[in-house]
Amino acid sequence: MKKSRFPLYITIAILVFFYLPIIIVFAQSFNASRFGGAWKGFTFDWYWKLFSDKNIWHALTNTLIIAVSSTFVSVILGTIAAFALYKYKTKLQVSHNVLIYFPLVIPDILMGISLLLFFVSLKIGLGLLTIFLAHVTFSISYVAMVVLGRFQDFDYSIMEAALDLGATWWTAVRKIMIPYLMPGIAAGGLLAFTLSLDDFVITFFVSGPDSTTLPLYIYSMMRHGSPSVINALSVLMVAFTFIVVFISKKLLEAKE
Amino acid sequence: MDDFLILDGISKSFGKHKVLDNISLTVKKGEIFSFLGPSGCGKTTLLRICAGFEEPDSGRVILNGVDITKLSPNKRQVNTVFQNYALFPNLSVFENIAFGLRVSGIKESQLNDEVGKFLELIQLTSHAHKKPDKLSGGQKQRVAIARALINKPNVLLLDEPLAALDLKLRQRMLVDLDNIHDEVGITFLYVTHDQSEAMSLSDNIAVINEGKVEQVGTPAQIYEAPRTSFVAAFIGDTNFFEGDVIEVDEPYSKLRVDGFTEVLAYNDKKIKKGDKVHISIRPEKFTLSIEKPDLSEKYNSIKGKVEEIIYLGYHTKYWVRVNEFLVETKRLHDRYMLDEKMITWGDEIWLSWHADYCYRLWQSLKAKLKKRRTSYK
Repeated sequence: MKKSRFPLYITIAILVFFYLPIIIVFAQSFNASRFGGAWKGFTFDWYWKLFSDKNIWHALTNTLIIAVSSTFVSVILGTIAAFALYKYKTKLQVSHNVLIYFPLVIPDILMGISLLLFFVSLKIGLGLLTIFLAHVTFSISYVAMVVLGRFQDFDYSIMEAALDLGATWWTAVRKIMIPYLMPGIAAGGLLAFTLSLDDFVITFFVSGPDSTTLPLYIYSMMRHGSPSVINALSVLMVAFTFIVVFISKKLLEAKE
Repeated sequence: MDDFLILDGISKSFGKHKVLDNISLTVKKGEIFSFLGPSGCGKTTLLRICAGFEEPDSGRVILNGVDITKLSPNKRQVNTVFQNYALFPNLSVFENIAFGLRVSGIKESQLNDEVGKFLELIQLTSHAHKKPDKLSGGQKQRVAIARALINKPNVLLLDEPLAALDLKLRQRMLVDLDNIHDEVGITFLYVTHDQSEAMSLSDNIAVINEGKVEQVGTPAQIYEAPRTSFVAAFIGDTNFFEGDVIEVDEPYSKLRVDGFTEVLAYNDKKIKKGDKVHISIRPEKFTLSIEKPDLSEKYNSIKGKVEEIIYLGYHTKYWVRVNEFLVETKRLHDRYMLDEKMITWGDEIWLSWHADYCYRLWQSLKAKLKKRRTSYK
């Protein structure tokens, strides 16, 4: 029987749909035309402009500071929350579960506004600190959910076995539980990191004058600056992501 | 010291459900002691109390003369082999076994020697660097045992260690366990719901039902002389009869069993005329014959009709109708002598059994507990 070609066409259509925009951005980043559109010749100008723009580097630094710190804190808190959800099955845990789930389903704009009102009413000046707190708030939920997934297959008797063999509870956590959870913790952390890196809506509400992050800066560049520089920036970010994914895959394969 | 591990009046409830009800047991040094009972009888909870994972509501656990009831698991000189092995998935076989020693902070060279010794004991030296998920069920179990033994515990607790293995492997592991026990000489506390495991391994068995100890004794005592109907029914097959004592002639008495016959029974417990008694007779204690056998007066003999025969290879079961009773009997061969006529369905045959094979059961649990209490002190 002749195989149907239909799946192939669908696959090609999806690939085009996904990657054509990126390819266009890639091409435009080398286009000498100031506003994109028609091809006016090949140039590296936009990359030079990008590297000499101090504001971009400042925004990138802000973004990385917030992403790293909020990931770090939310991984710790999220893992602890996941442990509590896994270990203790009381009535209170039902509400705990709902509370953890809530930030995943609540619209970003609502969360942004409520956090803004919260910070203003507490008279906390808007800036890196408020962005950090806001990012931790939603990242905890993602980390907790991913780590909880890993916990579902966790057999608590291996913790008891460790205690039984003379380990203290903390040693058992360090040597047995955390290594077991590590894939979940890493995945949750990665998720939190990416979410923090490109969050726009919530950050928009809680950022202050000197705490512009990269997504906010890109948005303002779209309106006031040069779209072509953004194209160049986008290409670098895609390349960076690609390299990171590639390396982590290689590392995982080596471990197998 | 003879009484090595003493459980003294242990009770434990989970919510309203009373799991253990005033359990008192003593385990001798170096023996294999089994908790035997159906699932949900509380035997695992009792083991977890010994390990320190649960604290009893009342009662004490005394190990080697020291009260360890409130001691946390990592401070107790007992180690556990878990039902599902509970090996550390992120550590190799070597590191799993070494875990207890590493935690205690032993020198590296000494650690290698010790772990090597135990790897040899469980014959897994060539698998030392594999992760647990690359091992078979039997190998995992052996690693779990070595891991628990390496700290040289006073008592090794085994929680249904063979339940996850198939029959052939289980039989092999039973022999292995027995050999390991001979080798290390540590007291084993063995929890199982499988009577044949308990019988073949144990020096002593405690039969537990609904949080109470039904009987403590050697495998032979438990099987041959069950104290309660639960023990008689749980360990092997049996026939129950309820009768009235009509005549006592020590050490025997005559009982009338309604719907059956008059039975001559040995008085293994004190008895008087007019008592209502329950007795159990094991199926293999009956002798089946086509002719009326010529036996001493201590034998009971009665005629019955074969209603059902089940051939099971190494033995055959016969259900024989005697008046209102259907008596379960079994014998090793379908006939004793090759030139004897084979028993078939509908045959009228004679059932004979010695008076000593009738065991009186203690029906009243309260009376039994009282008796146990006085015998302990």
